[in-house]
Amino acid sequence: MADIIISIRNLVKIYKMGDLEVHALRGINLEIRNDDFVAIMGKSGSGKSTFMNILGCLDTPTKGEYFLDNVNVGSLNKDQLAHLRNKKIGFVFQSFNLLPRTSALENVELPLMYNTKVSAKEMKERALKALESVGLADRAYHYPNQLSGGEQQRVAIARALVNDPVVILADEPTGNLDTRTSVEVMTIFQELNQKGITVVIVTHEPDIAGFTKYNVIFRDGRIQKSVIVENQKNAREELNHLPVIAEEDAL
Amino acid sequence: MKLMNQLIAALRSLSKNKMRTILTMLGIIIGVGSVIAMLAIGQGSKESIQKTISSLGTNLLTIFPSASMYGGVRSEAGSSVRLTYEDYLAIGEQCPAVMYSTPMVRTSGQLIAGSQNWRTSVYGVTPDYFDIRELAIESGSVWGPVEDKAAAKVCVIGHTVSNYLFGEGADPIGQMVRVNKIPFKIIGLTAAKGQNAFGQDQDDMVIAPFSTVQQRMMTVNYINSIMVSAKTEKMIPEATDEITQLLRIRHKLGPSEDNDFTIRSQSDIASTAASTSRVLTILLASIASISLLVGGIGIMNIMLVSVTERTREIGIRMGVGARGRDVLMQFLIEALMISLMGGIIGIFLGILASDIIAGVMSWPVSISIESILLSFLFSTAIGIFFGWYPARKAARLNPIDALRYE
Repeated sequence: MADIIISIRNLVKIYKMGDLEVHALRGINLEIRNDDFVAIMGKSGSGKSTFMNILGCLDTPTKGEYFLDNVNVGSLNKDQLAHLRNKKIGFVFQSFNLLPRTSALENVELPLMYNTKVSAKEMKERALKALESVGLADRAYHYPNQLSGGEQQRVAIARALVNDPVVILADEPTGNLDTRTSVEVMTIFQELNQKGITVVIVTHEPDIAGFTKYNVIFRDGRIQKSVIVENQKNAREELNHLPVIAEEDAL
Repeated sequence: MKLMNQLIAALRSLSKNKMRTILTMLGIIIGVGSVIAMLAIGQGSKESIQKTISSLGTNLLTIFPSASMYGGVRSEAGSSVRLTYEDYLAIGEQCPAVMYSTPMVRTSGQLIAGSQNWRTSVYGVTPDYFDIRELAIESGSVWGPVEDKAAAKVCVIGHTVSNYLFGEGADPIGQMVRVNKIPFKIIGLTAAKGQNAFGQDQDDMVIAPFSTVQQRMMTVNYINSIMVSAKTEKMIPEATDEITQLLRIRHKLGPSEDNDFTIRSQSDIASTAASTSRVLTILLASIASISLLVGGIGIMNIMLVSVTERTREIGIRMGVGARGRDVLMQFLIEALMISLMGGIIGIFLGILASDIIAGVMSWPVSISIESILLSFLFSTAIGIFFGWYPARKAARLNPIDALRYE
């Protein structure tokens, strides 16, 4: 039995826009264990982005409780939230969000820069190791504009990994990628998950959700249903069946 | 975030925009450079004025009678004749703060030597005069007390006089010169002193024993003025007080009466001149400071643009765990680095510019350590001051909004 690392009870988020109150989340209950691979699905406006922001400690809930690795996130101030993001969360974004004109290595080092306990030497070692684990060791000194979309996203995943987070949160990680590259990225996520890292992704592509262990479907600020994925697809096998076109030509 | 990491991050981001960094720095470079150069010019001219004035003798005090007043009508200063030889003797005996003193009578005379003639001032003084005025004797000698007592017809002349009467470079010692038909023997030549601060030729005069000039030439019993030198420059006020009290008693002035004499010190003139050049320095420096200020505004401008342009970067940094104060520090350090580097380059440029000004325009310049420190500190302060607002703006960004910023 795996430990519960994310525990959410009656989570409510209300945005105030002038006099108008927007109920983005209307009472969410969810538990995520430390070897889970979850896909959060839903139409736009269903509250899944708001939920991800709260999950990622970028935002705090209006009501309800959120425990991340036994820390009550609702009680933390801005600086403590920043510390939590640095230590326990790895972000992967749809648009990669790498620093431009900054080498892959320096991009991966970024979270470690905000970790006071890491020396410069250790920083580089860990960043190289993270790049290696996403298969980009030979691209360490390339700039983002010299990398393909898939490679950029893998650098972003390496950046998310480098601080040994308890959970990786990916917001539409394949949204800007073609099919083959998407599957490649999912291969990495699956391999990380097999190593015991919790992964939560937001997606609206059922194909991508098929690589995860279970799907949570949002609707109008509530969880409509949770579905366990039967016959979880193996991304590595899937990749072998896809024709090789994109990357060699693109480069 | 560790300071070391902050510095690395700031250097990385500055080197990513080299051109912009250099252009921003240029404002500070020019600002600091011109402050240094302007202060150097101001300081240099101040020092040269002070040097000229101190060549008159900085400890010098001149006592002369106030303007005489008959029925409310004042005549020019020095027109009354209330200073006497006895006043001079009393000052020499009773004023401990006074080092040297001499009575002085002044007249002008037509000098004739051979076929040449020349009109100039004739001063009647005691040998102390040469110490007070720091007048050196180039050749020959000064008279002694014997000649003074005997009202001997000897004199010391300046270079200008010698040149007119005997020709350039001639040795006048031992020659005779007739001053207002009285024959004088030239016994000394003063070392050339050039013009004083007011354009007066200090080598154009005849200096003769006091008694000779007073009794033989002018046939009067008063003296025009008394010159004394205080023991040190600091003792000038003390000497002034002593002389004032002494002369008030000697002239039997009641408590309600004004002084019938005036004491003017050389340091008054020096301080007037110094304050004039100080005003000049302040003026120059404030013009230069304005360019430094403009440079600072340039930093703020660029940093503000940079914050907007890098909103996404700030979002990413916050996303991976940067706190508000980490972002604040990052932008502040960037601004500080620009202004510090600009300041250092500006200092070198300012020194170079001062040297060029000194060389090409042959203006006196003097670079003081204070001006370097001042402009360095000033540029640092400008970095912090103008970097603060953009940095705070960056630090207050909401990470969610910043990440979504296009």
